[in-house]
Amino acid sequence: MSRSFETGAAPHFPSHSTVSRVMLQVIYALVPAITAHVWFFGPGLLVQIILAGGLAVGFEAVMLKIRRKPLWLFLGDFSAVVTAILFALCIPPLAPWWIALTGMFFAIVVAKHLYGGLGHNLFNPAMVGYVVVLISFPQAMTAWLPPLTIAPSGLSLLDVLMTVLSGQPPPGLTWDVITEATPLDVIRTSVASGKMISEARQLPVFGDFGGLGWEWIANWYALGGLWLLWRRIITWHIPAAMIGSVVFLGLASYLVDPGSNPSPLQHVFSGALIIGAFFIATDPVSGCASNRGRLLFGAGVGVITLVIRRWGGYPDGVAFAVLLMNMAAPLIDRYTRPRIFGQ
Amino acid sequence: MMHIDPREQARRAGEQLHHFHGGLRLRHNKKISCEIPVEKVPLATRYYVPLLQQAGQEAEPTVIEGQKVLKGDLLGYCRQTGGDSVHAPTSGTVTAISNHPNSHPSGRDGRCIVIRPDGLDQWMTLDPIENWERADAILLRQKIRSSGIVGLGGAVFPTAVKVDEASSKEIHTLILNGSECEPYISCDEMLMREQPDSIILGARILQRAVGATRTVIAIEDQMGAVNTALTGAVKRSGTHDIDVVKVTTIYPEGGEKQLVKVLTGLEVPSGCRPTDLGLLCQNVATATAVARAVTEGKPLIERIVTVTGSGVRKPRNLLAQIGTPVSNLVDQCGGFSPDAARLILGGPMMGYALASDANPVIKAANCILALTAEDVRPEQPEMPCIRCGECSRVCPSMLMPQELNWSIRNGLWDETSDLGLSDCIECGCCDFVCPSHIPLTEWFRFGKSETRLRDNEKRQAEAARQRFEAREARLAVLKQERKRRISEKKRAMTGKDDKQKEIADAIERVRSRQDGDS
Ligand code: SF4
Ligand code: SF4
Repeated sequence: MSRSFETGAAPHFPSHSTVSRVMLQVIYALVPAITAHVWFFGPGLLVQIILAGGLAVGFEAVMLKIRRKPLWLFLGDFSAVVTAILFALCIPPLAPWWIALTGMFFAIVVAKHLYGGLGHNLFNPAMVGYVVVLISFPQAMTAWLPPLTIAPSGLSLLDVLMTVLSGQPPPGLTWDVITEATPLDVIRTSVASGKMISEARQLPVFGDFGGLGWEWIANWYALGGLWLLWRRIITWHIPAAMIGSVVFLGLASYLVDPGSNPSPLQHVFSGALIIGAFFIATDPVSGCASNRGRLLFGAGVGVITLVIRRWGGYPDGVAFAVLLMNMAAPLIDRYTRPRIFGQ
Repeated sequence: MMHIDPREQARRAGEQLHHFHGGLRLRHNKKISCEIPVEKVPLATRYYVPLLQQAGQEAEPTVIEGQKVLKGDLLGYCRQTGGDSVHAPTSGTVTAISNHPNSHPSGRDGRCIVIRPDGLDQWMTLDPIENWERADAILLRQKIRSSGIVGLGGAVFPTAVKVDEASSKEIHTLILNGSECEPYISCDEMLMREQPDSIILGARILQRAVGATRTVIAIEDQMGAVNTALTGAVKRSGTHDIDVVKVTTIYPEGGEKQLVKVLTGLEVPSGCRPTDLGLLCQNVATATAVARAVTEGKPLIERIVTVTGSGVRKPRNLLAQIGTPVSNLVDQCGGFSPDAARLILGGPMMGYALASDANPVIKAANCILALTAEDVRPEQPEMPCIRCGECSRVCPSMLMPQELNWSIRNGLWDETSDLGLSDCIECGCCDFVCPSHIPLTEWFRFGKSETRLRDNEKRQAEAARQRFEAREARLAVLKQERKRRISEKKRAMTGKDDKQKEIADAIERVRSRQDGDS
């Protein structure tokens, strides 16, 4: 008797690569920085992550239902969660709930699903959400806390929750008391008012290179990023080109006029530069596909970031830079196709 | 940079090793089948010799039903290439020439010559080439052709065609491919361990057949025993122009173009073959087949097959006649394990699934792989491409599979060919790493067959257009001819008037000129 078998297409060798594994590793890589963030700025971030995460998954589910896509397959890919965490990391820890709601609506519903869902979005969803709230709620988006090490706010988890849910500072306190300008804000305003950067840097919000606390978080981002590199989730091209271009241009402008230009190290270690380089600009869907393309993409983000920090209307430019380069990505891809073997 | 002639660089094959782009380091899974020596498969009760071996053209039967054949007799011959002939695996009677499941990648049945053995296993009169060292290269090539030898590495390209083509291209180096990079397969390793002398002999014959002056045998770095065996055989043969080179095991290093890159640092230009660089690549098993054909006069009727995988009880290598049902081989390995879920001809990356173990062993069958469900890639729902770029990172042809996939699915055929579909070697690396489980290789196979169809159509349309234009031209010529003839006839009839008019005209012209002058 002959025995029959089910057939299937080659390759038959089992492989364990899945989209959810990729996304999970990105989440793992963010854990050190999240921990550092909580250490320096209190539990606000965790509240934001849970809030934004819940909203993102909710929006994702609704959109999948509307678009008649397999719900559990796509919810299980964790891409919405990654978007939510990246978004939460970019907003002030005490931001009121409608910030996350608006941000996630634009990130998941508009930037992701209206463009065709996972894999089809032209723009980085987290950055779309962030930029929308930055423009719509400028006041709330600057309400950053000072690091706990210089100003122990004594806000308990309950205080934080109440603040986020009500949009009001905890009883007895005002926004002015508990929040403080970010280091990049300080630099902007001091340069605008004609002060020297070196003077401004004497303020307690600054650390060795960048902002106090911020530079440590940046280190942890970098560590997570290196881990992603090692796990081959990302390639070195975008982070290297982005940081490299910032250091290069930053150094040039610093050497020309150290009074009104921060040092390149300060550029690298403040704001969203490191998280941008390793976690945001490296988003494969909205970035470039070839290695040469990625170098161009990363360098573009770096240059635009510096330009915005120096001359733009916002203290940090990473988000805008990423979105601008997202638009250029398909074009870059067209002109940076790798040479085919033997051609 | 100094410019070195590629052919010169190719001459130094194996002196220095190079890298190729991409590829995968896969679990080898080879040990399980290498533990016991190769054993011959006993006579089967029926043989089914397909007239269409994997790649080439279907052969025409040269026997009729009821005919008695001896072992090695020609069963089918392919007029077009002359290289795809098939021979009787044993002596017996042709009981049928009919459709039977064929182990063809298409999965379709094919015409097979069914032989009922008489149990004597009696050879035909063998006609070896005496003194091959002095034989004419053409004679050697003819022998290879008539012995039905094909590439035994899995691609089964007729060796005669390759060798003939090579002989017109000034081959300097023969590369014998012993780097079996696909997991599980160990037939070449066992062959090199057990019959190194035959391989060296085959190498020397092939060298002579194409006029090469040197041979490089590429083996994998983890084949220790093979290295000893081969270098010993080289020594025994007394030749000095055969080198054994160890290469690192990275899938798909055994691919012809990848191996050439590793050994020479050269990329075989797209659309060309290694022969254009003066290199002839052959599999080690092909070399032994050549040796047997030339020195013993035996055509290719058997090969070593690795029978392995978690779905087989006692994995091992077997020497099997072409046409033996797969079930016979598996029985000799203790049968299938109860949970065997997939039967594959070839390796786990490039092999294709067989629907039944009644399928025959064919010349391409380097491996019969039976896997249990947990060793088979599960059917997973396809997700959209997240453009992670993993596929292009591992693609040995340096393509962008994600873009190719997109252009094939959207039917952008010009784009597809710009993206280099024809350079895809269907190795499956991209497919293997894709986190979205997109069946990339399947799309590429589809794209290729579609392109072939379209090219055919285009060629036919072009031929039709040319026929049409030729016809138009012919008609136009005829028409003109007729016109000319009619007007001639007219002139003949009205000839006189014409002549008088011409004279009058001439007089008129002369007159007017005189008037003008005065
Ligand atoms: S590996 Fe798959 S998901 Fe990643 S770019 Fe290639 S096709 Fe897209
Ligand atoms: S199957 Fe083709 S496209 Fe995919 S990795 Fe292999 S050569 Fe590249």
